[in-house]
Amino acid sequence: MNQINQSILTLILLLPLAGAVLVALAPDRFKLPNWIALVTTLLTFGLTLHLPAHFNPTQPGFQFVIDIPWIQSPAIHYHVGVDGLSLWLVVLVGLLAPIGVVASWNAIRERRKLFFTLFLIQQTAMLGVFFSLDLMVYYGFWELSLVPMAILIAMYGRKNGPKAALKFFLFTFIPSAPLLVAILWLYTQTGSFDFTTLQILIAHGNFPTGALFWTALAFLFAFAVKVPVFPLHGWLADTFSEAPVALAMVVAGKLGLYSMLRFHIGLFPEQARAVAPVLVGLAVVGILYGACLALVQRDFWRLMAFAALSHLSLITLGIYGLTLTGWEGAVYQILSHGVVDGALFLLLGVLYDRYATSQINAYGGLAAKLPRTATFFVIASLAMIGLPMLGSFVGEFLILVGTFTGVSKGWAIAASLGVILSAAYMLWLVQRLFFGPESALAISKPPDDLRLGQLAVLWPLTALMLVMGVAPMLWLPTIATGTHPPPMHVQTITTPSQVEVQR
Amino acid sequence: MIFLLHFLLNHEDLFRILPECLLTLTGVLVMLLDATLPPGWARRPLGWVAAFGTTLALWGSLFQLSLPEGTGFYGTVETSAFTVFFHVLICGIVLVALLLSLDTLPEKSHHQGEFYALIVFSAVGMCLLTGAVELLLVFIALEISSIATYILAGYRKHTVRGPEAAIKYFLLGSFATAFLLYGIAMIFGATGTTQIYEIARLVPAAQNHSFILVGLGLMLVGILFKVSAAPFHVWTPDVYEGSPTPVVALMSTAPKAAAFALLLRVVYEMLPTLRSVWQPLLWVVAVLSMTVGNLAALRQQNVKRMLAYSAIAHAGYLLAAFAGLESSGIAAASFYTAAYAAMNVGIFAVVTLVSGYDEKLPLINDYRGLIYRSPLLGSLLIFFLISLIGIPFTGGFFGKFYSFAAAVGGGAIWLAIIGLLNSGLAAAYYLRLVLVAAQRPDLDGEAKSAPLQGAPRVGAAVIAALAMVVIATLVLGIMPNDVLHAAESGAHTLQIPPDEISTPVIVVEPQQQP
Repeated sequence: MNQINQSILTLILLLPLAGAVLVALAPDRFKLPNWIALVTTLLTFGLTLHLPAHFNPTQPGFQFVIDIPWIQSPAIHYHVGVDGLSLWLVVLVGLLAPIGVVASWNAIRERRKLFFTLFLIQQTAMLGVFFSLDLMVYYGFWELSLVPMAILIAMYGRKNGPKAALKFFLFTFIPSAPLLVAILWLYTQTGSFDFTTLQILIAHGNFPTGALFWTALAFLFAFAVKVPVFPLHGWLADTFSEAPVALAMVVAGKLGLYSMLRFHIGLFPEQARAVAPVLVGLAVVGILYGACLALVQRDFWRLMAFAALSHLSLITLGIYGLTLTGWEGAVYQILSHGVVDGALFLLLGVLYDRYATSQINAYGGLAAKLPRTATFFVIASLAMIGLPMLGSFVGEFLILVGTFTGVSKGWAIAASLGVILSAAYMLWLVQRLFFGPESALAISKPPDDLRLGQLAVLWPLTALMLVMGVAPMLWLPTIATGTHPPPMHVQTITTPSQVEVQR
Repeated sequence: MIFLLHFLLNHEDLFRILPECLLTLTGVLVMLLDATLPPGWARRPLGWVAAFGTTLALWGSLFQLSLPEGTGFYGTVETSAFTVFFHVLICGIVLVALLLSLDTLPEKSHHQGEFYALIVFSAVGMCLLTGAVELLLVFIALEISSIATYILAGYRKHTVRGPEAAIKYFLLGSFATAFLLYGIAMIFGATGTTQIYEIARLVPAAQNHSFILVGLGLMLVGILFKVSAAPFHVWTPDVYEGSPTPVVALMSTAPKAAAFALLLRVVYEMLPTLRSVWQPLLWVVAVLSMTVGNLAALRQQNVKRMLAYSAIAHAGYLLAAFAGLESSGIAAASFYTAAYAAMNVGIFAVVTLVSGYDEKLPLINDYRGLIYRSPLLGSLLIFFLISLIGIPFTGGFFGKFYSFAAAVGGGAIWLAIIGLLNSGLAAAYYLRLVLVAAQRPDLDGEAKSAPLQGAPRVGAAVIAALAMVVIATLVLGIMPNDVLHAAESGAHTLQIPPDEISTPVIVVEPQQQP
């Protein structure tokens, strides 16, 4: 078992890659690419579950660490590991992958080999981002995650694929230029790309403060575009309305939010404190702006995009409130949002495949014809709104409590308004899609409810929403080891007065 | 045979120019065979002869590693880790270009033998250029390589663009060489010697400082022309457009590698004391090249012209390394030439195979749906474009990485920021081609979705060439250690005059703690 623990992260990284090679070599017959991808992603998910099973919550720092010199000059190490912060996020990525495969099962009809090859490479890149503890390796995976995504959006997009792909790529590629310069500057100052080494050196070293401020800002800028934080969300709506369902599930949020916690607040606690008020303000604006725009969308992909902006801004608020409660809530909310969004995207994808339109007003009265779809959709929508007993409630509550006690009552109240608005647009969406008189579109096709494969995915997801809602203690203690002490063992490098801990 | 061996042992100097000798012999052999073979016989096997000779030369340059470092022929030619690095690189590029031409030149094209011989002769000049430590020999080597390339540029003389390209290249290139020669004369006037080590020794005490400055400026003009850096880049798009694509694969990489080797030698070895003069100059040229190159490339419709402007931009990224200190700058620049060569030869190889010798498909829009029409070529095109963008795990990434790391290490943070923003800009036009190639062809009706018409056959030679560049690009992106070591030992020999060299020591990035 020890042997496995020592190489589990490499195994998890290589497995999707091996699957990608296999898909590329296999013939495109009998849905063979689909099956290979499904088996690979399920195996990967199984392997990611090994991590929480053998994670030791009492031991501080990173676990399952692998540290092998890769390039001598400059000193880049293949250094990977997980801690309480990344542990469950890795499992989430593992969980969403087979769901993505199921969502693409019938939606992708041509060039399946290419689709699943790139999808699996994307999987490796995303897992790599969560594992990396060496800034260059991190940067490598971060950049690598853009390419399959851009090509997939371009090739499998709905109408304006190439345009959306270009927008997505440039929006996320250009900010990584300052990020790379910042990483290189850190290296010239310290001679290290290693996360923990840098953390200690930055806390103790005598850096020119101005330069360090700009370095931290370069990091933040790259992450904020990726999240996205208002007003850097220009790519989001186009990407959501063009990207294949499997990719829309994974594109927003996770990578950027995790990177903020780990590499912005984790490496530059003081610089993060300096900009935190600005981000809190932007986050609240984002919550309300996203919610208001979601209310007026006529296309359900775009509605989901602005809903995502609103929800991701709430998580950003939790992160930059700089309270432990907020951080725990933020990580929990990333997990819950991932699950809920996964289910919603899957269901909307089913509707889109069947009726070939995303115009909301074309739908109506589907509940009678597709009772299962309607039921699952309503449950997922309620979870998205943050109904108590369902997953997102816990996260949102923790974030709002953190903001209320740690930042200011005014911001917390404004953010709560967003939660109310989210109830408005989600319930209105449900009403327009599933209730009311049957539309011409609904009559035009014979009723064809969810199939076995989709049910096999939706049942566990719905169960998970419920469990996450009633038993958050299954996750929160592990998450707390990652955020407490504040992201990554900052206690060794900052005095308590520098990071005001409020609980 | 024994006589030959005896002769060689008595003339140790010959080992100092072993690759050049082997290449010259090959070139002469190919020309003689071309002249003596009956007119009806196919000239294609001559290409294999040339490829074989180039492989021998590659082996010969590796053999030079076992020689003690030093100069030959009265201190005019040097062999060191630095020269071997560039020799191997140039021979590798020439080999790939030969293999590519073997399958893509039309069967009955005229003067095929000459074509192969000229490629080999240009390699002689380029190899000699990287080894020369005497300015007049530098000039001669540059001429040998240039004249061969001028002729190759105009090889398709029945087209309109071919002769235009050759004449433009020849006229502007001659001017540039003249500038170089004036510069050499100025420096000779100031120091009384043309030997690079002697000049380096004499410059700090020289009386006519302004002569040296003017000389440096003129030499820089000549060299920067050869690497197609802005503002000396205007010839590049026209020449690339008019020349046969396999030749462009060669001349967009190998002469550039040789010219960059010369530039490294001139600034770091000959005039390191004038760093305060040449470093700001090269800073400006780097920024100009990448910005001008990328902005112009954004507007191109022709693939070869777009790649020409991209080559200008890449010259800019490479020049960013010159803002670094000796320890990292030279190694970074050497590494970049290798990474750039691998991916650029690769992309031109794909362009050759897509559009063919006659270039029936010159425009970006002609590549629509390439990945559907030819999955292999489409994937390779996307792969090399991704490397040119600089995505990690490809050679292009580490090239840019080392170059900008050197710039940041030398304190030129703004140069690195401008450079990386530029590579974001560059991503736009590379990606445009990627997206066009990935687009569903059925959007434009049936005609476009037909398989590639008139595409050259993909034979053993082309497969070998493509395999070489793909492997090189991947190795440079995943396991760059060995190449970087070679570049660093080369950089080390360049920093120290030959009489002080003992054993090559690997220079490792400074690991100072704050």
